[in-house]
Amino acid sequence: MSENKNIKNLKEFSTSADRFEGANLLCPGCAHSIIVREVLNATNDDLILSASTGCLEVCTAVYPYTSWDASWIHIGFENGSTAVAGAESMYKALKTKGRLKQPDRNPKFVSFAGDGASYDIGFQWISGCMERGHNIMHVVLDNEVYANTGGQRSSSTPIGSSATTSPEGRRSYGEKKNKKDMVSIMASHNIPYSAQVAPNKWKDMVKKIQHGFSVDGPVFINAVSPCTTEWKFDPKDTMHLADLATDSLVFPLYEIIDGHELNITYRPKTVVPVEEYLAAQGRFKHLFKDEYKHLIKEWQERVDAKWAQLNRREEARV
Amino acid sequence: MANKGWDEFEIGAMLRTFEGKIDDIAGTLQENRAYSQNSSFVASVADWRIIKPVFNKDFCIDCQFCWVYCPDISIISRDKKMIGIDMDHCKGCGICVEVCPTNPKSLMMFPEKADEETELAAWPAKNEEKK
Ligand SMILES: Cc1ncc(C[n+]2csc(CCOP(=O)(O)OP(=O)(O)O)c2C)c(N)n1
Ligand code: SF4
Ligand code: SF4
Ligand code: SF4
Ligand SMILES: [Mg+2]
Repeated sequence: MSENKNIKNLKEFSTSADRFEGANLLCPGCAHSIIVREVLNATNDDLILSASTGCLEVCTAVYPYTSWDASWIHIGFENGSTAVAGAESMYKALKTKGRLKQPDRNPKFVSFAGDGASYDIGFQWISGCMERGHNIMHVVLDNEVYANTGGQRSSSTPIGSSATTSPEGRRSYGEKKNKKDMVSIMASHNIPYSAQVAPNKWKDMVKKIQHGFSVDGPVFINAVSPCTTEWKFDPKDTMHLADLATDSLVFPLYEIIDGHELNITYRPKTVVPVEEYLAAQGRFKHLFKDEYKHLIKEWQERVDAKWAQLNRREEARV
Repeated sequence: MANKGWDEFEIGAMLRTFEGKIDDIAGTLQENRAYSQNSSFVASVADWRIIKPVFNKDFCIDCQFCWVYCPDISIISRDKKMIGIDMDHCKGCGICVEVCPTNPKSLMMFPEKADEETELAAWPAKNEEKK
């Protein structure tokens, strides 16, 4: 294993030479690229990357341009994880046979995918990668919707969110099913590292990514990615939305080591009511009508229950 | 590499981001890279903007919040100092202004057509009411 890059503070981090380029076609204020930059800048090692179909892939590989300064593969919607796992297997085989031209370089294998590509369509591919023990990191850019095709619900879309396939209206408050708990599902493969991250907590992010790069075996990262277009907020407020997400505990930050050791990595000094998080986004606007207000209370209860559960797990080390 | 149409592209072809060989990309800053015509770095999205950020270095404390949270790699930081904005790649989202902690702010948004010198000369003073 190579040494981790030394990043003590933000000034030091800012000396990183980005390997992700501008004039990509992501929306102004898109959190996907903030997350990608934080992940890539966490290491100086060579990178072998993939992206599953989705906003990130579509907007960074518009022929004749690429926004990636690293080896980058795209195949389909479902198989970004296996694409990078294939590259990793080949690398391992060449290393064993002594056929690597530069055996002392330590490339990192990272697969980026949306929640649609991870929670739904690429689910079994990712599960296979985790089970087979590839030395890869799968990073979900979780904007809780199929953003690139116009906002259809995914199994990451939370209750009450209005999506184009589960719209709010006279007879509906929008999405009715609860979000899938992917961090736990992935941890249940007994992988060495599974964690939830947020772009506003860059230090927590870098620490977790570096931890992920230093372990031997598959790593799963779920990154909350506030989407200005589908969550319906002003592009300038992306980081504010990320702050509301972490500080309301709607997106608690934690890690699960070796499938069981759970650590909460961020405890907000002041916990923000879930209502504030919901109120900041157009996709939840209808919940503030009288007939749906009980859903806001239920939201808070769900978030409180999940937080209590995480705390119990942390204490019990299970 | 000469650009081809998508239907002239042979299967398995690669887009090369750089001209020639590059050994230490993570240690090479953008100004020292030999980008090829296939890197989006050589393109511009300046015409997306309707508002633009203006940087006033007098109040900047080089905290680098703008650098880490700019989605478009448009805050230029060198040797731990914020030195300016890459106006070819900035999309005018305004995140950098929101996250700038100084009082008054060291970055503010103005209409795309605003004159930078005029805005800098009229920069607001410290707001005492703010926390
Ligand atoms: C097998 C397959 N089904 C559907 C599509 C159409 N498609 C392209 S991108 C996309 C949405 C991606 O959503 P997500 O993975 O959440 O990424 P996001 O765009 O939200 O970042 C869909 C449905 C496809 N390309 N391939
Ligand atoms: S739709 Fe959302 S995720 Fe897609 S590019 Fe725009 S802001 Fe980013
Ligand atoms: S306005 Fe947005 S894109 Fe432009 S420099 Fe600021 S954060 Fe970056
Ligand atoms: S956020 Fe403001 S103070 Fe901090 S480096 Fe940027 S311009 Fe300077
Ligand atoms: Mg999505």
